Amino acid sequence: MKLTLKIWRQKSNSSKGEFKTYIHDHVSPDMSFLEMLDVLNEGLVKKGEEPVHFDHDCREGICGMCSLYINGRPHGPLQTTTCQLHMRSFKDGETITIEPWRAAAFPVVKDLVVDRSAFDRIQQAGGYVSVNTGGVPDGNAIPIAKKIADEAMDAAACIGCGACVAACKNASAMLFVSAKVSQYALLPQGQPESKERVDKMVAQMDDEGFGACTNTKACEAECPKSIKITNIARMNREYYSSMFTNYEVTVSGGGD
Amino acid sequence: MALDSKIPAGSLAEKWSKHKFNLKLVNPANKRKYDVIVVGTGLAGASAAASLGELGYNVKAFCFQDSPRRAHSIAAQGGINAAKNYQNDGDSVYRLFYDTIKGGDYRAREANVHRLAEVSVNIIDQCVAQGVPFAREYGGTLANRSFGGAQVSRTFYARGQTGQQLLLGAYSALNRQIANGKVTMYNRSEMLDVVVVDGKARGIVTRDLVTGKIESHSAHAVLLCTGGYGNVFFLSTNAKGSNVTAAWRAHKKGAYFANPCFTQIHPTCIPVSGDHQSKLTLMSESLRNDGRVWVPKEAKKGLKAKDAASIPDTDRDYFLERKYPSFGNLVPRDVASRNAKYVCDEGRGVGATGLAVFLDFADAIKRDGRSVIEAKYGNLFDMYKQITGDDPYTMPMMIYPAVHYTMGGLWVDYNLMTTVPGLYALGECNFSDHGANRLGASALMQGLADGYFVIPYTLGDYLATIGWKDKVDTNHPAFAESIKSVTDRQEKLLSIKGKKTVDQLHRELGLTMWEYCGMSRSEAGLKKAKQIIQDIKKEFWTNVNIVGSGNELNMELEKANRVADFIELGELMVDDALNRTESCGGHFREESQMDGEALRNDKDFFYVSAWEYKGEGEQQALHKDALEYEFVKPTQRSYK
Repeated sequence: MKLTLKIWRQKSNSSKGEFKTYIHDHVSPDMSFLEMLDVLNEGLVKKGEEPVHFDHDCREGICGMCSLYINGRPHGPLQTTTCQLHMRSFKDGETITIEPWRAAAFPVVKDLVVDRSAFDRIQQAGGYVSVNTGGVPDGNAIPIAKKIADEAMDAAACIGCGACVAACKNASAMLFVSAKVSQYALLPQGQPESKERVDKMVAQMDDEGFGACTNTKACEAECPKSIKITNIARMNREYYSSMFTNYEVTVSGGGD
Repeated sequence: MALDSKIPAGSLAEKWSKHKFNLKLVNPANKRKYDVIVVGTGLAGASAAASLGELGYNVKAFCFQDSPRRAHSIAAQGGINAAKNYQNDGDSVYRLFYDTIKGGDYRAREANVHRLAEVSVNIIDQCVAQGVPFAREYGGTLANRSFGGAQVSRTFYARGQTGQQLLLGAYSALNRQIANGKVTMYNRSEMLDVVVVDGKARGIVTRDLVTGKIESHSAHAVLLCTGGYGNVFFLSTNAKGSNVTAAWRAHKKGAYFANPCFTQIHPTCIPVSGDHQSKLTLMSESLRNDGRVWVPKEAKKGLKAKDAASIPDTDRDYFLERKYPSFGNLVPRDVASRNAKYVCDEGRGVGATGLAVFLDFADAIKRDGRSVIEAKYGNLFDMYKQITGDDPYTMPMMIYPAVHYTMGGLWVDYNLMTTVPGLYALGECNFSDHGANRLGASALMQGLADGYFVIPYTLGDYLATIGWKDKVDTNHPAFAESIKSVTDRQEKLLSIKGKKTVDQLHRELGLTMWEYCGMSRSEAGLKKAKQIIQDIKKEFWTNVNIVGSGNELNMELEKANRVADFIELGELMVDDALNRTESCGGHFREESQMDGEALRNDKDFFYVSAWEYKGEGEQQALHKDALEYEFVKPTQRSYK
């Protein structure tokens, strides 16, 4: 296959970026999209040119590190991760435009690499159950209905890639945040801190500069792990209920 | 230096309890005076960093990815073993211990494996409490499934994404400690050296991968949780970034490297499709429950999967069923892999490259119906179709073995401490629990056991012994020296400006390792490999081309740094394979077999090989850490 690639090149966060065009005529339909870029890069290095930088790691569709906005869609034409996208999904002679995730909260680091540490900070704000190692009850002490466990697993399947943000016209992170909120809201282990959690995670999300949700559902349509927007509805319910409840406990005095 | 594995005395079942009691404790008020460095944030690293932060230590954690959640533990599919005996089917701590020892072909340490089996039950409780959504039965209790090498159902799972859910659980605990200020997290940061002063590990030197800045970090102890080295083969099921660099730099600073030649080749992976191939994808071992493995009796060059049905049953060789009638397609990973290689070496392999065998579900679909097979394996079939373009419901899959896991790693004692005091190795990057072959669903168990339930005890003993005042500041000249050597090496790499890319040289190394130090190893082949690797090393340091500079995000430079270490490791693996003239587990020496099956030699090789670095270009020194079995009697494995 022969392809024309229009790729976003940007030396660093502080420099100005631009599209550069590359003709790539060593493409096999069996290559993954990232392997196609590997071959391009190998050619560039041989010519002494800087290779195109992009994030990737597991190449099995689970680590969430790969990104790429391909022909106007996060992770390209299929509802999968870029590493699982193969060149047989494209036509010989096609022009492919490759950009980084575009969102104010995901600043470009270099070329197609963006900084998604905002996602980590949202998780640090409340994406956990406050339980120390050791001293926990037996795994079977609290029965959990299969349906609930399955639904929690559906939400927990999020890989944190950021496609939802990239797909959203407002660069909203609601699908990502709601997936974690939902996982814990569904499970009994998450109940004691459910109100505090949603409050803190949403506040952090807003601080990071992600946009608002207008229920366009682009996130759901593009999510490689099929995370559903019912999670957003659940998060909104959790959020409103937390607004009307005082979860903060004031402790005074010290005991004996 | 004589190796002391520090295995406590006493009966097997009481060793760990007694040892925990005998370990010194750090006063709760003094814990905040200690700094601990954790390198790597997979299951072992994230669980260790979180647990140590909870105890009150000041932790600095490092990962080379953009977030700790990306670590390759996330890709583990099948599950995690635990001796809960929830199924009332006869499981026990002792049975899990025994299965793991036998599965490792009697090359693991008894005491370590028993401890692993003991704490396995705590791991499940811990993960449930964190909100890990394990699979459940309709009554609300935890579900189990059975896995290779065991006759009981003890594997806990979260769909086909168990590693992901366990890692995200550990990541959540880590996040909580980051929020509490007890863990400082350094993303996109790669460890390039361990700093040793007065014989103790005192800190590390890292490179900030975004700015290129080389930085020093000091601490009372350093924990390496940096995973395995399967990428020495270039193609493996590991993530692209998985590397040996942290472990190798530690090795060069005095940490012995144990059993480097023990690598696991997984039989059911998607075959290589061309020279562009960047990694291999594993298809779950569970497929062998219903799929039949075969090749044509007579070589049929380039036979495609879609034409497989044209070969009548009488012209097919179901070679595993033929050679191993009692285990059939369910023989262990090492046996299945080797036999696939044999038929392909005979020229009977299928597909465009001839390096593949069929895994055929036609009989299962005829017997059980498509819907039953779909319910069991639907997601795997979809994944296969997505990658290859072939539909496994209408034609057989093509599979071939691929490197998956490395049982070897840094030598550690019972406390997980390497031969450098204050330097620890946890998870896949140590050698201790899987012997010569790892059973399915025990990698996750070991990573979390080390991080949650072993290191929080054993590290305290070391810290209490040295005292909080025994720390070296980053102003110490040893840090400056280390920074200089790291920087010099980087500048050397950048200045070569040769003609070959890093990937080209890495591929050459990988092909050599796969050919001569892969599924089957011989003295002649290994000696040849040693020569080739030395040539690759020479070529690398004179002819590699790295574009860009050191003070920016430069992924070619990152790769070059890692490949340079893989080349040196490759040579050590070959040395280790040459030394071990027996066959055991994943290590098959052609000279040591009986009727085509692996032949172990307990008389001469009942030990762990621990290699000591002796300097650039010098032959490494072998130390033999004798295995002592008090409880299990090693026998020859047979699957016929």
